[in-house]
Amino acid sequence: FSDKVSSTVVSMWDKIKNVFSPASVGLDFSFPGVEHVYGIPEHADSLRLRTTEGGDPYRLFNLDVFQYELYNPMALYGSVPVMLAHNPQRTLGIFWLNAAETWVDITSNTAGKTLFGKMLDYMQGGGETPQTDVHWMSESGIIDVFLLLGPSPNDVFRQYTSLTGTQALPPLFALAYHQSRWNYNDEDDVAGVDNGFDEHDIPYDVIWLDIEHADGKRYFTWDSNKFPRPREMLQRLAAKKRKMVSIVDPHIKVDSGYRVHNEIRSRGFYIKTKDGSDYEGWCWPGSAGYPDFTNPEMRAWWASMFAYDQYEGSLDNLYTWNDMNEPSVFNGPEVTIHKDAVHHGGWENRDLHNLYGFYVQMATAEGQVQRSRGAERPFVLTRAFFAGSQRYGAVWTGDNAAEWDHVKISIPMCLSLGLVGISFCGADIGGFFKNPESELLVRWYQVGAYQPFFRAHAHLDTVRREPWLFGDENKGLIRAAIRQRYALLPYWYTVFYRSYRTGQPVMRPLWVEYPQDVATFSIDDQYLIGDALLVHPVTEEGARGVQIYLPGKGEVWYDVGTQQKHHAPQTFYMAVTMSSIPVFQRGGSIVVRKERVRRSSECMRSDPYTLYVALSPQGTAQGDLFIDDGHTFNLESKAQYLHRRFSFSGNTLTASSADPKGSFESPAWIERVVILGAGKPAAVFLKETETRLGFQHEAETSVLTLRKPGINIGADWSISLR
Amino acid sequence: MLLLLLPLLGALVSAVEVKRPHHHFYEESKPFTCLDGSATISFDQVNDDYCDCKDGSDEPGTSACPNGRFHCTNAGYRPQYVPSSRVNDGICDCCDTTDEYNSGVVCENTCKEMGRKERETLQQMAEVAREGFRLKQALIDEASKGREEKQGKLAELQEGKKSLEEQVETLKTHKEAAEKPEKEAVEIHQKAWDAAVSSPGWQRVPRAAVAQPSVSIPFQTLLGNSLQADASSFRDVVWTAIKQNYKPEVGAAAPGFLLLIISFISPARCCYTSVLFLSLEKEISFDFGPLGEFAYLYGQCYELTNNEYIYRLCLFNRVSQKPKHGGSETNLGTWGSWAGPEDQKFSVMKYEHGTGCWQGPNRSTTVSV
Repeated sequence: FSDKVSSTVVSMWDKIKNVFSPASVGLDFSFPGVEHVYGIPEHADSLRLRTTEGGDPYRLFNLDVFQYELYNPMALYGSVPVMLAHNPQRTLGIFWLNAAETWVDITSNTAGKTLFGKMLDYMQGGGETPQTDVHWMSESGIIDVFLLLGPSPNDVFRQYTSLTGTQALPPLFALAYHQSRWNYNDEDDVAGVDNGFDEHDIPYDVIWLDIEHADGKRYFTWDSNKFPRPREMLQRLAAKKRKMVSIVDPHIKVDSGYRVHNEIRSRGFYIKTKDGSDYEGWCWPGSAGYPDFTNPEMRAWWASMFAYDQYEGSLDNLYTWNDMNEPSVFNGPEVTIHKDAVHHGGWENRDLHNLYGFYVQMATAEGQVQRSRGAERPFVLTRAFFAGSQRYGAVWTGDNAAEWDHVKISIPMCLSLGLVGISFCGADIGGFFKNPESELLVRWYQVGAYQPFFRAHAHLDTVRREPWLFGDENKGLIRAAIRQRYALLPYWYTVFYRSYRTGQPVMRPLWVEYPQDVATFSIDDQYLIGDALLVHPVTEEGARGVQIYLPGKGEVWYDVGTQQKHHAPQTFYMAVTMSSIPVFQRGGSIVVRKERVRRSSECMRSDPYTLYVALSPQGTAQGDLFIDDGHTFNLESKAQYLHRRFSFSGNTLTASSADPKGSFESPAWIERVVILGAGKPAAVFLKETETRLGFQHEAETSVLTLRKPGINIGADWSISLR
Repeated sequence: MLLLLLPLLGALVSAVEVKRPHHHFYEESKPFTCLDGSATISFDQVNDDYCDCKDGSDEPGTSACPNGRFHCTNAGYRPQYVPSSRVNDGICDCCDTTDEYNSGVVCENTCKEMGRKERETLQQMAEVAREGFRLKQALIDEASKGREEKQGKLAELQEGKKSLEEQVETLKTHKEAAEKPEKEAVEIHQKAWDAAVSSPGWQRVPRAAVAQPSVSIPFQTLLGNSLQADASSFRDVVWTAIKQNYKPEVGAAAPGFLLLIISFISPARCCYTSVLFLSLEKEISFDFGPLGEFAYLYGQCYELTNNEYIYRLCLFNRVSQKPKHGGSETNLGTWGSWAGPEDQKFSVMKYEHGTGCWQGPNRSTTVSV
């Protein structure tokens, strides 16, 4: 189906829907030669989708699920009706564009067969070709399907994101560490936690306020006893180059003394009941109305509410969190809105249910852009989402629990989202419900430091868990994990930029980079960040080691902690201690870090860079670095950015522009180059000036450190080892 | 004092005066050996914005070393170390502005002002402390007096309890002595009665005609249907009732009635005595500080109201919270123990075992004194 065809179908449907509604639609697809399918988030399940024979199908229906179960196809907060099918020859995708409640059944003719059985089939020459069949069914709407033909994983990502958009490039601070809990109680509490981070020398960028900050859960307001002077509080945070996020949920308290409610009601912007009155449900504030975000006029009005003179007490370092936007209705069916509730244009909620949260985040992000007159990039976190939500900010995996299984499941949950366009994903560090033991909390920080959205959050009834409350040893471990994140921010930012340009996931399954290596197809306890770093976080209680698989025939990987070289492909046991976060850099890659970790990412803006050049067996390596001001749209509107390319071959490291269209002035310079897998040179020269550089060589690990090239990050240069 | 220059490539070069207590280690004419001895570098690599020493000692004036420290002299206030990561980060940390010499931010020297404020605060604190010590001494005196008094009272009560017990013992003996003839009479009567009922003639007498023995008059009736009796009501109501029901021929029972009187009154007295006794014993057992200076707080209650809850703290007893706009009270813990750090045990009070949190532990309260 082309776009044109589908839009014609939509308008036809528009005309006839009143005659035939409701009517379900369904279609079967067969993938001959395919044994592995992925995607259709959000489910708390393994990366590789399981067959659903004898059980429930995977369900896509945005719901506020209380204490969700793991390894279960039940519906969760968000829905992306996109499935990927993969075998060593080809990757394909199906985009089932339908926002009604949707079910997906998966069957396979090889399910249940052992590897031995499959081999026997193969040797006997007979046996069936493996095949996976999927059955899609939606409660209403039309059949509007996009087939993404690949053939490579990167082709599928490009094809899909050309339809729904790529991941928005987040402001740099949003990739740093976020400190949240339900709730930081008042201005003193915020100041105390903020000071705690400085006192204990732990970096953080953003402190979050949950629902208790508002006056009686009336969003866009402040509780005047707890937060009498929000602007001064925000200014104090800004003085330390830090930000704040406040929650703005889409349920609006029905209260004639509340301006937001009065305006929405008088403009007729609430979702209606089937009888035409304003729909009311029960949520945090008590009786609440639900603004109809599917109405473009409602979204425009909502966006205008984020102007500094509308949202009183807000400043430019205040950003937004949209929670409960499935929407959650405490007294509704399955804790959501009635399916016969009526939206703009006469559509029933059943027709577009899964799109509601998408529109909430869209309108909020638009509001943040507008308040800065189009200059600043927004940051909005959402719980509910749909295909395309990647254009408006970040998502998280909702209300998880302080359990080891939950830290483990965060990896496949975010990997599945990344495959279908939504890269900016994370889980509540520490677990939302219940209290984590210190070991679990430390491990969770280590996991979160290597996931795209890095936020600690906790339920109102949990014990306080700021990083310094678990003794000096644990504080040191948590601090070390957070510092690793900050040092790697230039790399994270660059990978996000590539995702923004190409649609490739930031956090990606191994098979995306090694599509022919069957051994990688079901791995979801380790993954890649970009194409250079492989992470296998420790997620077992009392772990003494982990089994690591390093892919790539004839490749090498370097342990980032010890700088030791490992040959691939191989599976090996790596002993771990509480301080271990197993991370490996691919031989042949160059990763750029900032090693002067400061109290917030903005404090590190002008700091010098260190290049980590990991040599391939052929003695080569490539990498890149993206830099801009970190927060405006000037990269688009004024081409103000630098995209640098670094490449090592023939004992020479050169820096050049990867994109001559961009230009940007940065005071940052290169303080150090670390070459992994290098021999000892007689001398090292910076070619442009024929300056000799000091260096150190560790014979045992073959690590060569070049001292202070001192060149500006925007300059072209080359360094030769002689 | 030593003057070190910071050559910074491609950036504004600015002269920095680095004043360090360790300045004698930094001699311009000689190669520099890291303070941990890990390496020796030429002196122009000291403070050159590149970290050469593992211990960070070659960069006392820059942000180059992750584990380095920067020294602010802060003339007029207190000298201070800040982590190297706060050098030139655009945020003013040292009151003498020396940490921000090349970040573009303009800091104001606030050392003199801070010094003045600190001196004022110290003076005020000294005054408060003096007044506090005076009050504390008074409280200690009072507490030791109070403790003596209470101990005296306790001893008295213990004595009283003993004499009461003796009294009870005596009365018991009296009662038994008094009951003896009555018991014998009852036995004789019982035998005669048994003989009578077993005689053939008895069988013909209708059961209903048998007179109730007067001793089984319900106690309630004697008491005039009240549950207790004091001396006057005993005289007016009870005694009259007894006189009416018990004829003089049962004269030997009189001491028994005396016992009755005492056993009416003594439960009440006993009860009162034992409550007083227990609470005093409990109070004396509390740890009111090394010199009893916290004794005056015993039984005192304080309330704190915020916009949602009224918190009530009854010292050495319990802590609770009550929603301001109605709703039930929640127990935030009962007196546990002093819980300050070893050297300041009496700085923190712990109240434990309050109502359990949802999915969590029991509530508890820490009171900083």
